[in-house]
Amino acid sequence: MKHRYLPMTSQDEKEMLETIGISSIDELFSDIPEKVRFKGEYNIKAAKSESSLTKELAQLAAQNADTNRYASFLGAGVYDHYKPIIVDHVISRSEFYTAYTPYQPEISQGELQAIFEFQTMISELTGMDIANSSMYDGGTALAEAGMLAAGHTKRKKILVSHAVHPESRDVVRSYALGQSIEVIEIPLKDGHTDLDALKEMIDENVATVMIQYPNFFGQVENLKEIEPIVHEAGALLSVSSNPLALGALTSPGQLGADITVGDAQPFGIPEAYGGPHCGYFAVTKKLMRKVPGRLVGETTDEEGRRGFVLTLQAREQHIRRDKATSNICSNQALNALAASVAMTALGKVGTQEIAKQNIIKTHYMKQQLKRAGLEIAFEGAHFNEVVVKMEESIKQLNDRLFENNMIGGYDLGLSYDEFKGHMLVAVTEQRTKEEIDAFVQEIAAKVKEAGATHA
Amino acid sequence: MHKDNQALIFELTKEGRVGYSLPTLDVPEVDLSELLPSDLIRTEAAELPEVSELDIMRHYTALSNRNHGVDSGFYPLGSCTMKYNPKINETVARFPGFANIHPLQDEKTVQGALALMFDLQEHLKEITGMDEVTLQPAAGAHGEWTGLMMIRAYHEARSDFKRTKVIVPDSAHGTNPASATVAGFETVTVKSSDQGLVDLEDLKRVVGEDTAALMLTNPNTLGLFEEQIMEMAAIIHEVGGKLYYDGANLNAVMSKARPGDMGFDVVHLNLHKTFTGPHGGGGPGSGPVGVKNDLLPYLPKPVLVKKDDAYTFDYDRPESIGRVKPFYGNFGINVRAYTYIRSMGPDGLKAVTEYAVLNANYMMRRLQPHFDLPYDRHCKHEFVLSGRRQKKLGVRTLDMAKRLLDFGYHPPTIYFPLNVEEGMMIEPTETESKETLDSFIDAMIQIAKEVEENPEIVQNAPHTTVISRLDETKAARKPVLRYYKGE
Repeated sequence: MKHRYLPMTSQDEKEMLETIGISSIDELFSDIPEKVRFKGEYNIKAAKSESSLTKELAQLAAQNADTNRYASFLGAGVYDHYKPIIVDHVISRSEFYTAYTPYQPEISQGELQAIFEFQTMISELTGMDIANSSMYDGGTALAEAGMLAAGHTKRKKILVSHAVHPESRDVVRSYALGQSIEVIEIPLKDGHTDLDALKEMIDENVATVMIQYPNFFGQVENLKEIEPIVHEAGALLSVSSNPLALGALTSPGQLGADITVGDAQPFGIPEAYGGPHCGYFAVTKKLMRKVPGRLVGETTDEEGRRGFVLTLQAREQHIRRDKATSNICSNQALNALAASVAMTALGKVGTQEIAKQNIIKTHYMKQQLKRAGLEIAFEGAHFNEVVVKMEESIKQLNDRLFENNMIGGYDLGLSYDEFKGHMLVAVTEQRTKEEIDAFVQEIAAKVKEAGATHA
Repeated sequence: MHKDNQALIFELTKEGRVGYSLPTLDVPEVDLSELLPSDLIRTEAAELPEVSELDIMRHYTALSNRNHGVDSGFYPLGSCTMKYNPKINETVARFPGFANIHPLQDEKTVQGALALMFDLQEHLKEITGMDEVTLQPAAGAHGEWTGLMMIRAYHEARSDFKRTKVIVPDSAHGTNPASATVAGFETVTVKSSDQGLVDLEDLKRVVGEDTAALMLTNPNTLGLFEEQIMEMAAIIHEVGGKLYYDGANLNAVMSKARPGDMGFDVVHLNLHKTFTGPHGGGGPGSGPVGVKNDLLPYLPKPVLVKKDDAYTFDYDRPESIGRVKPFYGNFGINVRAYTYIRSMGPDGLKAVTEYAVLNANYMMRRLQPHFDLPYDRHCKHEFVLSGRRQKKLGVRTLDMAKRLLDFGYHPPTIYFPLNVEEGMMIEPTETESKETLDSFIDAMIQIAKEVEENPEIVQNAPHTTVISRLDETKAARKPVLRYYKGE
């Protein structure tokens, strides 16, 4: 058959069969036992030409409501942020995206150096000593933090705040099951981790305490008060952090975190229906040799020139096999590159500015909601998100917003029984004042209606 | 390409330069001290670069010029399936309706995405011969762990808690035993025979009532089809264990043999290998898992289902192993794989496998006179040569790999599998032309000749790259894993 990805001609095929000393390609499959041999062709859709397939898939994509066409107030761990256009131009360079893991450093210096720079940027933002080359996503990174902590402390219990992303908590539980580690949730108090409860619950069997900063409700947890409670019990403090928020917030490293993980999606990575995003994993120096995944280190070549290699590989599955503490192999290298480019474009000044804008715009949303007579569930410091208590069903409300070209917030009742009728509303620097005002007006209209009925 | 150091982006920094364009703040400015407790306001800025947009583009262009991808040249890295990454995939994955949708949007606003995922699952079911497929795992190793957790749940649901062991061949990828450990199993190794296949007698010796599963790659990492797969399946199933298929090498058997028909109960695929999701310099990948009916209840949740012409996620899965990843998998990579499958069709996928295998056998036969071939029989999509003949002359496989760099090639996978001395694992893939294969073969033959006549040139290779061999010991002994300003 002729196909643009298959260059063999019938003449080539003939010559090659002659060299091999056989008369048909079929003979090469003679070692597959008759009993298991598949006959014929797969019962799947027929091939389409490039243009007709592109058209079909463009139409399929158009069935989805994307954030180019709708103003989104949905966050809950995935955010619509400024994506510097240069990001896509860099990651579209195929020397990067068609390369494998940089196992041959002499012809992979570009990728290796880019990762080294990523490790540096994540270390800087998180205030940690060291960061690895990436993880699948924030959720699995947090789960791996739990595994690292259990291995390091030789303890079998994890305390995870109820204010950690519900899907990340689920993933932590799935990983913990494999290692027979117990996972217990720390309850909430006013939308924050309940520190009194934490003090009650922590003991010498706890490997790590997991806190999200800012937490799932957009509240900024006070790590400064949490840190001594955790360390006094000899446990490790694992912080899951939106790295974009760290442009304005004191870094987890400075506040005493042992492990900081999260997802770099807010830095230039499309929402892409939940993936691929880009987990990151950062630790203090004393945990360096226990980090999962790949690490790039600086060294020199025979002429003394600076160069980069994958290093400390004795930690990894391809060397340690069944003694490895993590099985991660593929990571999210290309998205780490994307995040690096976005962090570079924003730079030292832009990362502060963007974080500040997110805080101020969230505050503006909160003020407007209050002014419209809506109830904000939790007070305190917010980043990106506030929780609003509604009188009507969130689903109905979101349907109405959608008709007005808006994607409403996350229905908290879907993952918190105690917060039925609460909406997690997200605002990024991408939402204009006009959009925020329109959103508030739409919600408030219903409140006014309800108010009129009750009167 | 010049051989000077490429400055780190941090070394290009100049205070006052910016590379961004943020929206103007259009709401009243508020001082952060009014909104945040003072000890949570960052006082020391992260030392990120301060560069212009052109600085950024030049920097990363320079880095890309110091990197080799499939688009740069031949990349016969065994077991990695470095085939051409079609450009239509990249275009489709960037459609706003795929790239800019949020995972928690109301399902009715993302029916197009769900339809694509569902249809991809249907295609993968047919390709693997399995009953159901989940797209949730992010990569191959993640799929392995997911599959093993399901096998564990299956046994435990039968109150069968004695199955603590996972059997893995000595030729297996490192992820197999590591995944078994992370899933809470103990690994038992089964030996390969002198035919390069799993030793059935040894398998019979290690199986038992404590066997949870056997993990197998077929064809195996030597590129050889495990002909006795049905016998192996019977041995494992007889003792109540499950058979796990590592799909790393699926490119070798599409339309020729399906894991489901070979007796496998669980399968993971690497969509970034066989199905052209680009490798991206190490990821992201995608590692869907397929299962037979008796493992259905344990699939990670949520499970995508079709109800009255609409697609929806089913979260009501009481026996599920739980979530293995936030949201629904690496959707963007799944879009690329789907685009590829639809570009190939049934006849195309069959041709893919046939040419992948033809290419590998052609190279193997042409190289056979010049290197040791430990297993002399038809290979599948890859084959393993041994450099022991060259080692006797003082040249190691590592040296030959480095010498290949001078010819503009990415070397094969070396020193793997572990059961071949000085191994070189070569996987050409089907997207390479005969001319490319011939040029590479000529380079290999020349290197073999150099080993005999002028070994130094090989031992001191590479000679043409931007950097020579790097001191890996130094990197590991005194790790420098980041840049510090001013150091």
